[in-house]
Amino acid sequence: MPSFGRSLFPINFLNSMLPPDWPSGFWSHLIIFIAILFVFVLAMAMAFIYLERRVLGRFQIRIGPNRVGPFGLLQPVADTIKILIKEDIIPLNADKLIHLLAPAVAFIPVLMIFAVIPFQNGASLVDLNIGILYIVAISSVSVVGMVMAGWSSNNKYALISTMRVIAQVVSYEIPLALGIIGVILFSGTLSMNGIVQAQNIPFILLQPMGFLIYFLAALAEINRTPFDLLEAEGEIVAGYNIEYSGIKFALFFLTEYTEAVAISAIITTLYLGGWKGPFLPPVLWFLIKVFAVFILIIWVRATIPRLRIDQVMGFAWKFLLPLALINLLITGIQVVVLPNISLWAIVIMNIVITAILILLWSRFFRLRGDKIEV
Amino acid sequence: MVLKTEKFMINAGPQHPSTHGVFRMRFTLDGEVIQDVELVFGYLHRGIEKLAEGLTYTQDIVFTDRLDYLASMTNNQAYVVSVEKLAGIQVPERAEYIRVIMSELMRISSHLMAVGFLLNDLGAFLTPLLYMYREREKILDLFDMVCGQRLTYNYMRIGGLSQDIPEEFLPALKKFIDSLPRFIDEYDQLLAQNEIMLVRTKNVGILSRESAINNSTAGPVLRGSGVKWDIRKADPYSVYDRFNFEVPIGNIGDIYDRYRVRIEEMLQSISILKQAIEQLPQGEIQAKVPRSFRPPKGEAYGHIEGPKGELGFYLVSDGSVNPYRLHIRPPSLLNLTVLRELLIGVKIADAMAIFGSIDICVGEVDR
Repeated sequence: MPSFGRSLFPINFLNSMLPPDWPSGFWSHLIIFIAILFVFVLAMAMAFIYLERRVLGRFQIRIGPNRVGPFGLLQPVADTIKILIKEDIIPLNADKLIHLLAPAVAFIPVLMIFAVIPFQNGASLVDLNIGILYIVAISSVSVVGMVMAGWSSNNKYALISTMRVIAQVVSYEIPLALGIIGVILFSGTLSMNGIVQAQNIPFILLQPMGFLIYFLAALAEINRTPFDLLEAEGEIVAGYNIEYSGIKFALFFLTEYTEAVAISAIITTLYLGGWKGPFLPPVLWFLIKVFAVFILIIWVRATIPRLRIDQVMGFAWKFLLPLALINLLITGIQVVVLPNISLWAIVIMNIVITAILILLWSRFFRLRGDKIEV
Repeated sequence: MVLKTEKFMINAGPQHPSTHGVFRMRFTLDGEVIQDVELVFGYLHRGIEKLAEGLTYTQDIVFTDRLDYLASMTNNQAYVVSVEKLAGIQVPERAEYIRVIMSELMRISSHLMAVGFLLNDLGAFLTPLLYMYREREKILDLFDMVCGQRLTYNYMRIGGLSQDIPEEFLPALKKFIDSLPRFIDEYDQLLAQNEIMLVRTKNVGILSRESAINNSTAGPVLRGSGVKWDIRKADPYSVYDRFNFEVPIGNIGDIYDRYRVRIEEMLQSISILKQAIEQLPQGEIQAKVPRSFRPPKGEAYGHIEGPKGELGFYLVSDGSVNPYRLHIRPPSLLNLTVLRELLIGVKIADAMAIFGSIDICVGEVDR
């Protein structure tokens, strides 16, 4: 039986009114926390949609949405209403059952990730002792939803997108998981809350390479630039969700941003010290870090072009995978052979090793643009 | 086990996020690889060549604006150069210099668009394009100052210009060309040192020198393949023989070389602009041309180096006020002829980038 974490304020309040009876406390905790999670996730997804449009606007020397509500804050609400009142279309030759199921299959696993994310010390739905393993397992399920959507729509663009998503996401699962193992070796636990508690210095310093690998692989997992091949609009128009409209499209749209929230939250928890931080309340620290990670993702999106499918695959297998394995080896040696050395020495060592390895690897991929004769 | 596979066809266009205008490509795909491609155009055909036969020579200038709407000034110039050649009109020097200034500004503007859209096709979500728009906006402001229009200028006249440049134009122009090189360098640094941009463009869509010449391509597409051919040098028109500038060429003719050539050409245009401002004489801007303009019987072909390549107008006169025949040599159309050859065998993502690097304007392709 997993240990259930300490509750947030309203649950304590409710529990104190109830007799100290275990099952009733369990249920109130579950229901209230699920409700809080729903509200939190949806609010965060809305906030991310707004933030992305505003920040992207700033990057692109334009203003971004500013018409609906103060500073355009109600723009996501207006968008949602617009999407919801659209006609719901099912293509004539679509596989109707799979077509209907796909958005739910894509959305629910992403929502389930939040069950183990600690918002402050112990404040998670369940503090699973295999938390990170659970995340790796559950996050790859939502791809099935995208594949179902692409396959059942009976559309050629969607089919190409499906081929791409299978190849890409399956490949990037491997560096993604290997990147995390370094963190697990240092913290000695799989529990998300345990990982946060183990971070006396944020793991981004102890595991700079692991962070880099995880971040890039995560970008590929959530299909963000430069790995946004499955919805490359210049090539295959919109990809897997091309035939979707109305609330089903809204679910896909929500999935995309919920995934971004989830990845930002996971990076925050694993590498940036989660809810830890001085002065401010832990929840606030958590949110600040989540938004910081998301702004980094937007920055990447605003800056660089998209890779081609073979380059994406090559990047996973030739660049990320070897680096992840080397990182694993080095971390293992540090944990097993040098357990008594100061953490700061390991920090410096790892940053130097990361810099050297990246320089070395970029030599192999080097393709400089030289000036042409005039 | 051998799986039964099947090739399939998809359409890119006439309404598709990556097509520049209403242009359509029918791909036959084997997975991601293009087996065959059929190029379909004509959706924007307006019959400009035929319409021109019913209008007078001066009225036809308006239609040239609608050819390559991203480079109206050079279209104007190509047409009036042809008419002047037909009628043997000597244009005043000041008008020639102003024409050079306008067409070099137009070239910069058109190349900015070409590079911006290329990056958009490569998947950089709008950012490079919008920065290009910012610079282009400044050029459009300059044009606005000169002729009151921002897209279709109708500025040049047979034997001169519709009006002289206003007083505040030259200071504004100087300010602009002082700021532009820094912007281009910064931009180029961001792009040409970006690994993703390089792997996407280098050695992709290679157009061989022979093929470029055989298909009679022109402009940056031809020069990207390493052919030093520029009408401004090869057959100097206007006052281009008085300026000192280079013709940049590429090495192997891939997307990167075409991109590079456009960047270098912008810098060369800035150098021409600087020289033109220095040499700009005072005087008339309009030669004496009778109101009812009737060129003598005969024919003439005038061409200039437009931003996209050699833009030519072939005119036949029967001595009346209307041209007997007007034929346009649009660089976009002739550059398109190499597209099929470049696209076969590449992946669909590269196809969009190659298409973007050719830089067509459908208004000119379909006429």
